Amino acid sequence: MKKFKAKIHITLKPGVFDPQGKVILSALKTLGHKGAKGVRTGKYFEIELEAEDKSSAKQEVEQICHDLLANPVIEDYSHRVSEV
Amino acid sequence: MRFGVITFPGSNCDHDCYWALRKVLSQEVEFIWHKEEDVQGYDCLILPGGFSYGDYLRTGAIAKFSPVMRGVKEFVHRGGLVLGICNGFQILQEAGLLPGVMLQNESLRFICDYVYLRVENEKTPFTCGCKKGEVLKIPIAHNAGNFFVEKETLEKLKGENRIILRYCDKEGRISRASNPNGAMDNIAAVINEGGNVLGMMPHPERAIESILGSTDGRKIFESIMRSRDEKG
Repeated sequence: MKKFKAKIHITLKPGVFDPQGKVILSALKTLGHKGAKGVRTGKYFEIELEAEDKSSAKQEVEQICHDLLANPVIEDYSHRVSEV
Repeated sequence: MRFGVITFPGSNCDHDCYWALRKVLSQEVEFIWHKEEDVQGYDCLILPGGFSYGDYLRTGAIAKFSPVMRGVKEFVHRGGLVLGICNGFQILQEAGLLPGVMLQNESLRFICDYVYLRVENEKTPFTCGCKKGEVLKIPIAHNAGNFFVEKETLEKLKGENRIILRYCDKEGRISRASNPNGAMDNIAAVINEGGNVLGMMPHPERAIESILGSTDGRKIFESIMRSRDEKG
């Protein structure tokens, strides 16, 4: 078994209202960041796992994202798996 | 009638439901711990409000994997009645038994307040004791009650008359001002395709005795009891 680390980003789908992002954007404007035009919040996960090889590690991470970490109604996910 | 109230780690309205059904409405009620898989022998299951698993990750996201949910799914497929209140609604959504997802309230604030709800469809086991267009006064208490579904699903829900309660004002008018949390189309309660699973954000179990401000919540439970009587 080899050791891997997955870095996972969960992002809101386009069109899903993001009240936190909206508040952060207005805070940025208050701070003088006049160029800030949009903020979308998301989640970041790091998962350590053991697997036979990289492709089975990737497959497992895909499953984890699909089953638990993201809600497909409102969220998209992407991940990067590397051996450690 | 025999009710089962499912307790997840972090549920906090389970005792209120028990009180409402047992002490006020004199029904048989039992608590079901979320580790139980067998939920047979009940007429209606209630997933109460609270903060299952601390709302970690997303509301209801972890609770959907509790062993009891396997039993709940089976119960639903066999036509049993299931009522999800607040966090219970969120769990049923995560489990795929009800459509959509609850986003955080538009205001980013936890809201605990009485709201008015208009009965949009009285032909369900959960509202058959109400009149169409009737206005109910029942409190909400949530941080994530901002109902969201994809456009196609929303159209489907409308077409199939599956939006059961909507936030309104005292006179039953639906407007932006009567929407407490930003919910799409002022949606407060929806039913599944089979018509036996209802999710509602407001807490009927908290509007049971006049000393607490309203008894309109009884209408939801009494509807369930009535539907059972009519079924025989």
